[in-house]
Amino acid sequence: MPENNQISEILKKFNNDRSRLMDILLEIQEKQNFVNEEDIKFLSEKLGVSGGEINETLSFYHFFSDKELGKYNIYLNDSITANMKGRTEVKKAFEEACATPIGNVSEDKQFGLFSTSCIGMNDQEPAAIINNKIFTQLTPYRVRQLVKGMRDGKPIEDLMYENFGDGNNADPDVKAMVFNNIRRKSIILKNDYEPYTFLKGKIRDYSPEQVIKVIEDSNLRGRGGAGFPTGLKWRFGSRTDGAHRVIICNADEGEPGTFKDRVLLTQYPEMVFEGMVIAAFATGADIGLLYLRYEYKYLLKFLNRKLKEMQEQNLLGNNISGIRDFNFSIRIQLGAGAYVCGEESALIESLEGKRGEPRDKPPFPVEKGYLGYPTIINNVETLATAVKIMHHGANWYANFGTKDSLGTKLLSISGDCKLPGIYEVEWGISIKEVLEMCGAEDAQAIQVGGPSGMLIGMKDFDNLDKTTLMRWYKPSGMMVAERFFDRRLSYSDLPTGGSIIIFNNQRDLLGDVVLNFMDFFIEESCGSCSTCRNLPVLMKMKLEKILAGNGVKKDIEDLLSWGKTLKASRCGLGQTAGNPILSSIFNFRHLYERHVQSLKEFDNGFDLEKAVEPYMDFVHRKPMFHHF
Amino acid sequence: MNKKIIATTSLAGCFGCHMSILDIDERILDLIELVEFDKSPIDDIKKFTQPVDIGIIEGGCCNSENIETLKYFRENCNILVSLGECAIMGGLPALRNGIPIEECLREAYLDGPTVQLNTEQIIPAHEELPMILDKVYPCHEIVKIDYFLPGCPPRADLIWNALYALITGNKMELPYEVIKFD
Repeated sequence: MPENNQISEILKKFNNDRSRLMDILLEIQEKQNFVNEEDIKFLSEKLGVSGGEINETLSFYHFFSDKELGKYNIYLNDSITANMKGRTEVKKAFEEACATPIGNVSEDKQFGLFSTSCIGMNDQEPAAIINNKIFTQLTPYRVRQLVKGMRDGKPIEDLMYENFGDGNNADPDVKAMVFNNIRRKSIILKNDYEPYTFLKGKIRDYSPEQVIKVIEDSNLRGRGGAGFPTGLKWRFGSRTDGAHRVIICNADEGEPGTFKDRVLLTQYPEMVFEGMVIAAFATGADIGLLYLRYEYKYLLKFLNRKLKEMQEQNLLGNNISGIRDFNFSIRIQLGAGAYVCGEESALIESLEGKRGEPRDKPPFPVEKGYLGYPTIINNVETLATAVKIMHHGANWYANFGTKDSLGTKLLSISGDCKLPGIYEVEWGISIKEVLEMCGAEDAQAIQVGGPSGMLIGMKDFDNLDKTTLMRWYKPSGMMVAERFFDRRLSYSDLPTGGSIIIFNNQRDLLGDVVLNFMDFFIEESCGSCSTCRNLPVLMKMKLEKILAGNGVKKDIEDLLSWGKTLKASRCGLGQTAGNPILSSIFNFRHLYERHVQSLKEFDNGFDLEKAVEPYMDFVHRKPMFHHF
Repeated sequence: MNKKIIATTSLAGCFGCHMSILDIDERILDLIELVEFDKSPIDDIKKFTQPVDIGIIEGGCCNSENIETLKYFRENCNILVSLGECAIMGGLPALRNGIPIEECLREAYLDGPTVQLNTEQIIPAHEELPMILDKVYPCHEIVKIDYFLPGCPPRADLIWNALYALITGNKMELPYEVIKFD
């Protein structure tokens, strides 16, 4: 085996640690633009695992490649909002300018042009990632300019002619043309936050138990979408024995239409990190990990700088803030492009350098998580909210929101409205109010909670009985029709991780929106459960058949019944992969019925003339059809 | 009880499923007490002579004649059963589904290592021959199929139990042992 110095160097940096395979592969990919078979062999020898095992991880993530990519690699977002804002023309412009169809590397190896799932820029679409830099609000003209610049060999930074975005987007370590678009501030985003004041002072007056008590009293529930009580999660985590305990901040914000965590990490990173340290204090954790989706890599340098500053202020490290034996550090782990890694057990697998396939539960992460240690995984927003609660107390927090959903929620609003962006609202706001707030006039439908709305779902605690667990399992990915616009965002009515996408009356809900969402699930399935691997494809085909005019009534019934079968999948992604179709049948059944043939019982759309065409053409035979 | 009328056919299949029907051994004597065969290769009746209760289809559809026959069955049979892997999934013939039809024909008639006598390089295309489909279709993608009996071939016991239940109107008893997918 020939020695590969470059890779040896990288391996050395990570102590030949197999659990750091993600970082190892990321660095190799970064250095040489691909990880090929030779590299896999070399890695397998050095790490002492089979080549298949390396390949398992390598092949799982979108941003790894075993073939050489281009000098410039363009990942064009293909979310529904991008389509609504003119992605088709932008894609065409890229294809023409780069001289390659999407999904390929151009012949001159200059450009790799790929589609990618939602990159968290829904309020500034169409957007693309080019060599780790984000380009937003693209137009065909801008695309031609960009590609010309790249052809002239300019570094990608020099092609960002626009001003940098607002706030920290203009920070020297970020320099992104991304905008925060914060439209409404309430108790979390308010300008009253002084970084680390709780950590530097008040925390010394609390015992870990008291911190958990405050969070419990506040009734704070997970903000990723599933709404599991945070205090309870911390309590369970703190109770489980282990040589280490782990706090993970889940910043793998992949639900199409969600971008609130991106804004929190850009503008309020101190609050998020302070939340992690408070959680560590409460639960006795010493290992901290922030799992940052690859799409947000442009924030990495900036976030690492923040961590360094914390270390310098003794807010990370040993005896934090002068509290004896309170040792905690935070490392940022980059993902490599996989929606399912937002599911907490898949995220842990990924952190350990494996494929992001959800684990069987129990055991739950609080019992046996990262490297087998008790692990508490919280959403970015949950951790930020915990800081505010510790500042002001549980009683103060109870002044906001509704009885069963206390406090506020960050909404990521995009689609057909005048003012897309981040809105912090109190729970209990009605859809109607949301529409007024963001200036949406002729809304036909609202997608609440993204295509699935519920990646993190029925899980978390073995200790709770089944009925209690079922209460947390409420798929919220819901396409809401106008007659339901009085419904309110809350855990008891319309729970949401915060994604709100608005479709106006001109949009083709089934042909554009639902099919796009189905494509997303088909692309992002990890493939482990046959239900989630197969049914979304079949459901999409069935919907296409209906749209082609070959549908019959039974097709609608089939879709509903297959949706039930999907619930047998292991994780929330699979369980909710049928939601775009199910919730649109539920709320927009007339759109389906309009297409199906009422008189026919059976029609599979088979067209004999078309089916024999290739053969007839090849043998130069004239078609002759008896009509049977 | 009036005898039930049965019809069978083999489309793009190997007749293995029909052999499996014969594999019900001495029960075939019970069977002829219960049923009468109409159009079937077993009695070589070519055209339906009466309305049929149960039609049994072996094989998927690879050409226009298969399509015609299958539709003819659907029109004349009350219940239609897909029998075996090929009828249900396309089976072995469907191995060609990933390969363009031109390539298949070239390999079969011109370039294949066993093709030696086709000196005139003829690919059959006479107008009386069935037209070949772009791929092999399972039967339920062409017409409505009521029952699916899996296997390659389905076991005689499976065929017997299912047929017996359909004929007598009793509940189908298909224990795990009789259902095999290969």
